[in-house]
Amino acid sequence: MMLEVRDLAVTFATERGPLRAVDRVSFSVAAGKTLAVVGESGCGKSVTALAIMGLLPPAARVSGSIRLQEREMATLTPEEWRGRRGRELAMVFQEPMTSLNPAFTAGEQVAEVLRLHEGMGDAAAFKAAIALLDRVRIPEAARRARQYPHQLSGGMRQRVMIAMALACKPRLLIADEPTTALDVTVQAQILALLDELKRETGTAIVLITHDLGVVADHADDVVVMYAGRVAERAKAATLFARPEHPYTVGLLGAAPRIEGGAGRLASIEGTVPDLLKPPEGCRFAPRCPFRAADCARQPPLAEVAPGHASACWRAPLDQVLAA
Amino acid sequence: MGIWLLRRLGQIIPTLLILSVLIFGLQQLMPGDPALILAGEERGDPVVLAQIRAELFLDRPLPEQYLRWISRVVQGDFGFSWRIREPVAALILTKLPVTFQLAVMAFLIAVVIGVPAGIVSAVRRDTPVDWAVNGMALFGISTPNFWLGIMMILLFSVELGWLPPSGYVPLTEDPWQSLATTIMPAFVLGSGIAGVLMRHTRAAMLGALGQDYVRTARAKGLGERAVVVKHALRNALIPVVTLGTIEFGRLLAGAVLTEQIFTIPGFGKLIVDAVFNRDYPVVQGVVMATALIFVTLSLVADVLYMAVNPRLRTA
Repeated sequence: MMLEVRDLAVTFATERGPLRAVDRVSFSVAAGKTLAVVGESGCGKSVTALAIMGLLPPAARVSGSIRLQEREMATLTPEEWRGRRGRELAMVFQEPMTSLNPAFTAGEQVAEVLRLHEGMGDAAAFKAAIALLDRVRIPEAARRARQYPHQLSGGMRQRVMIAMALACKPRLLIADEPTTALDVTVQAQILALLDELKRETGTAIVLITHDLGVVADHADDVVVMYAGRVAERAKAATLFARPEHPYTVGLLGAAPRIEGGAGRLASIEGTVPDLLKPPEGCRFAPRCPFRAADCARQPPLAEVAPGHASACWRAPLDQVLAA
Repeated sequence: MGIWLLRRLGQIIPTLLILSVLIFGLQQLMPGDPALILAGEERGDPVVLAQIRAELFLDRPLPEQYLRWISRVVQGDFGFSWRIREPVAALILTKLPVTFQLAVMAFLIAVVIGVPAGIVSAVRRDTPVDWAVNGMALFGISTPNFWLGIMMILLFSVELGWLPPSGYVPLTEDPWQSLATTIMPAFVLGSGIAGVLMRHTRAAMLGALGQDYVRTARAKGLGERAVVVKHALRNALIPVVTLGTIEFGRLLAGAVLTEQIFTIPGFGKLIVDAVFNRDYPVVQGVVMATALIFVTLSLVADVLYMAVNPRLRTA
């Protein structure tokens, strides 16, 4: 496995008490594969990503194991972790408009990674940066490399971010909602680019998204998160064909469908729980149409089929869904 | 950029003209009659007074007086001091190096203390280091210059005897002695500006450190030093550069109180003496020179702002 995350937990100290943003999350990604982490805002998916990158604020308490190519990351010193960031593991952020530094040219920002990790000189790094910009399909890369972020479109900026992330051929690329801020057509281009680069380089991708359409088209495996915990984990195709957690069923119902005709958006009743006072037992129970007395106890993440796990007492859901 | 600069330069002339009217007009509101002061012992003699007034055109209508003055100023002639009979331009040129030296030293002290202090307090936000730096900045901003000046003289000149309490030696005469005579007034002037620069640097750094591009820089694997000094500071300095230039302009306008305390013969002392003696040509000349310096530096501030901000440079 390229990346194995086991029992990852992240707690923040807040004025109103400890907030456990991520609670015993486990998943793994193989080389050349894409794992989608899906969930609503605040479900802990971005915190999970930052924990893997070692980018959480020092005040955050992190426990559990993060292994990259069989090497444990959680025990690394901050300095060792820093040396791997941008080289072995890289990240693309949600906001291309603000994620690039406005004071430096696009080429300089890509070249910086190469100077840092590959020890290249100024001229060589800038030349390599132009080649990378060309590789992420930026037209007239040599001219664009000398431009500042404000002179580039959102899609182009995200390509620069991707070029920067891929500069050192990382083993793992984390993409946190990489297309949320972009136009639909640009979205498709960026995701196609990620797929292509993944095939060429064998990089493992963790794709964080709330867009199930993106998951269906680009992910091999899926982790569905709810209120800091894993609700369901499966192959992407399996998840869409046979969801085994009521939350996933709700999400699939809430995903906009064009072929439905009516175009009506189903939605999940209720709101995401307050993580400072999480409900006892199953955190989805207050919103769950299938809840019963046993939901007051936390259901374990258990396999319903090989490679398909769900944290629900009702799983497999065939009978409840048929009823 | 070229057109912008031309337009900006074009604004300087009307600005200075309006200022000249203001200076000339406001001066008329000063109590006291220059003729009386210039007559000295003979101030009781109406013939002498009338003669002085006629000589200096003080008996002409104000608009005429103004036009006589301004028409020469535009040719670079600031007239003669009524009191010491020296060309005003020469007076200004002898005082300018003094004030300039003091301003540069004060500004260097302010930048060397203020900017790093602002960076450190932003990076170590809400720690004892931050509180200490903020306390020092507050002290620098709120301590009156005359008080700090007197205290420094008491400590370093009277008690320790390390530095001369007053006077000025030109840099060209004896550089070492020149620094000794200016270091205390420069520190007094610089400490207040250091506080202002520190507060602005801190605020700008806090803003920059919270930006997404700083997270990107960390995600690249850059060390904390490179993240702070290269990525955050580069953006945080944009507003600080403008502020610094304006503060430098204020220093060049002379420091009346500080120059008085340390008896430094700079612009501040020149204009105070001129006002007390109703030496109108000197007052007008110094204020015009100061205004010119200030307008020029605000233009420099704008150019620097463009230089450090690619969003404006390439828009």
